Amino acid sequence: MRQNRFVEKSIEKLLFVAAAIATISVALITIFVFRSGLPAMSGYGFANFLFGADWSPGNGEYGILALTAGTLAVTFLALLIGIPTGVCCAVFLAEILPKRAAAVFKFAIELLAGIPSVVYGFFGLIVIVPIISEHVLPLWQRVNPDAQTTGLSILAGGFILAVMILPTIVSISENAISSVPQDYREASLAVGANKRETIVRVLIPAAKSGILASIILGMGRAIGETMAVMVLTGNVAMLPKGILDPVATLTGTIAMEMSYAGPTHQEALFGVGIVLFVIILILNLAAQAIARKMGAVGRE
Amino acid sequence: MNRKLGDISFYGIVLILSLATLAILIVIIAYVMRQGLPHISWEFLSQSPEHMGREGGILPIIVGTVFVTLLALAIATPIGVGAAVFFAEYSKEGRVVQVIRTFTEVLAGIPSIIFGLFGFAFFVVFMQMGWSILSGGLSLSLMILPTIIRSTEESLKTVPLSYREGSLSLGATKWETTVKVVLPCCRKGILTGLILGIGRAVGETAVLYLTIGGSIRIPTSLFDPARTMSMHMYMMTAEGISREKSFATAALLIVIILIVNSIANFISNRMKGAQ
Repeated sequence: MRQNRFVEKSIEKLLFVAAAIATISVALITIFVFRSGLPAMSGYGFANFLFGADWSPGNGEYGILALTAGTLAVTFLALLIGIPTGVCCAVFLAEILPKRAAAVFKFAIELLAGIPSVVYGFFGLIVIVPIISEHVLPLWQRVNPDAQTTGLSILAGGFILAVMILPTIVSISENAISSVPQDYREASLAVGANKRETIVRVLIPAAKSGILASIILGMGRAIGETMAVMVLTGNVAMLPKGILDPVATLTGTIAMEMSYAGPTHQEALFGVGIVLFVIILILNLAAQAIARKMGAVGRE
Repeated sequence: MNRKLGDISFYGIVLILSLATLAILIVIIAYVMRQGLPHISWEFLSQSPEHMGREGGILPIIVGTVFVTLLALAIATPIGVGAAVFFAEYSKEGRVVQVIRTFTEVLAGIPSIIFGLFGFAFFVVFMQMGWSILSGGLSLSLMILPTIIRSTEESLKTVPLSYREGSLSLGATKWETTVKVVLPCCRKGILTGLILGIGRAVGETAVLYLTIGGSIRIPTSLFDPARTMSMHMYMMTAEGISREKSFATAALLIVIILIVNSIANFISNRMKGAQ
């Protein structure tokens, strides 16, 4: 009996260790990324590193402002397209489609989430980029005759990113809308609102923290996405002036340059990783705090 | 009248955007399949690449993908299931548990390129494993860990409390109850988590790009560098080596993802049906 209890206790400890491994990993990731990146950041000067606009490792210039701007530009565009589309899909799934059809639609959304990032990049490169250079550019040139683009641009990256973050926005928003208590719907209908008014004025406001959490997580995904963005944005580390300009992103620059970087350059890339890590960490903790408020832990 | 106009425009927008989402999925899958499937042949699956992938097949790359995925699963499964059991069966909500839960969620949100940087700094350089299947598999296992924890825990939660009480009242210990009663009830949930983990591992690129090397020889040990399908695709796209082979690899990836998602969906539907 006593031995039994000992076994039980040790197993409990073992399980605790298993549960703690994720936490230990986060700690290790933090330590190793910071340890590898901080020297370059402090060597170049934190302010210069964060706000310098010149990223040319060949000349020893490591200002990441253009990279941050590139990431923000594609992320903003992705959200601009992704939020309305995602929320509409969520409404469609949760309130309008009958159960069976909703299951099919949900499966489609899961597939969208499952398609590898390189495939998105490849599809964007072969289909979207030529559309931009052949069809979008001439239209744009009517507004701005000086516009030039190869197609590799904020538009290409942002559009594909929007598709990639849709599953995150749709599934969490749908969850939030579905979990609004039935009473709300009934009460709203009882005071004479129709279905559309119920959705727009009652359900979406009631689910707003869940929807917000989905947007923040989608934003995190967009900022962290690497392969597709790297293939589609052209990787030019300059401050963009228009939506058809090429940009370099934080993630794309790391992946692109890591393979041939010299020691200082490599440290600087880890520095870029630190910036990325901190942004993502803040976004995720915010999403979690919002989701917890709503009473459900955030999920992808 | 105004109300009717509002209705029409609201439902119109919702319908159009939802259908657009569906359409883009269909377009991507159909396009890649149409361009890629004709180039998938027995030779493509069974030969080694020649001229950096311009000719020949992708056998070593398939082997590399399978190795890395299996290794990542072999590491992440016991840890993930153990962690889920801890969260669902053993933990009492306290400070410590709250913290490790939060960090588990944080791990789920970390982008793959950061795992790549970490894997490179820690496994490849610090632990001196070099660019190898081992480094790649370990980095990847950290990435899929949250997926496995989450789906296992979800299914543990669906096991009725009465099962546990019944088992405990017969004199079984907590651990015996967990292993012999509770876990067998969620075989399917765990399986779904593993399958989703496979899907994630197969599609993943950025983390492996920095940790696994990229050799196109058939790997023979854990310490050999290798290349996975998604990485191969990227390299062929980036270096403009062969559009045909890229499409064929993409089609193969999509087929795998379709199968993986269908199986996961099938299992979880049956789970819901059984309840």
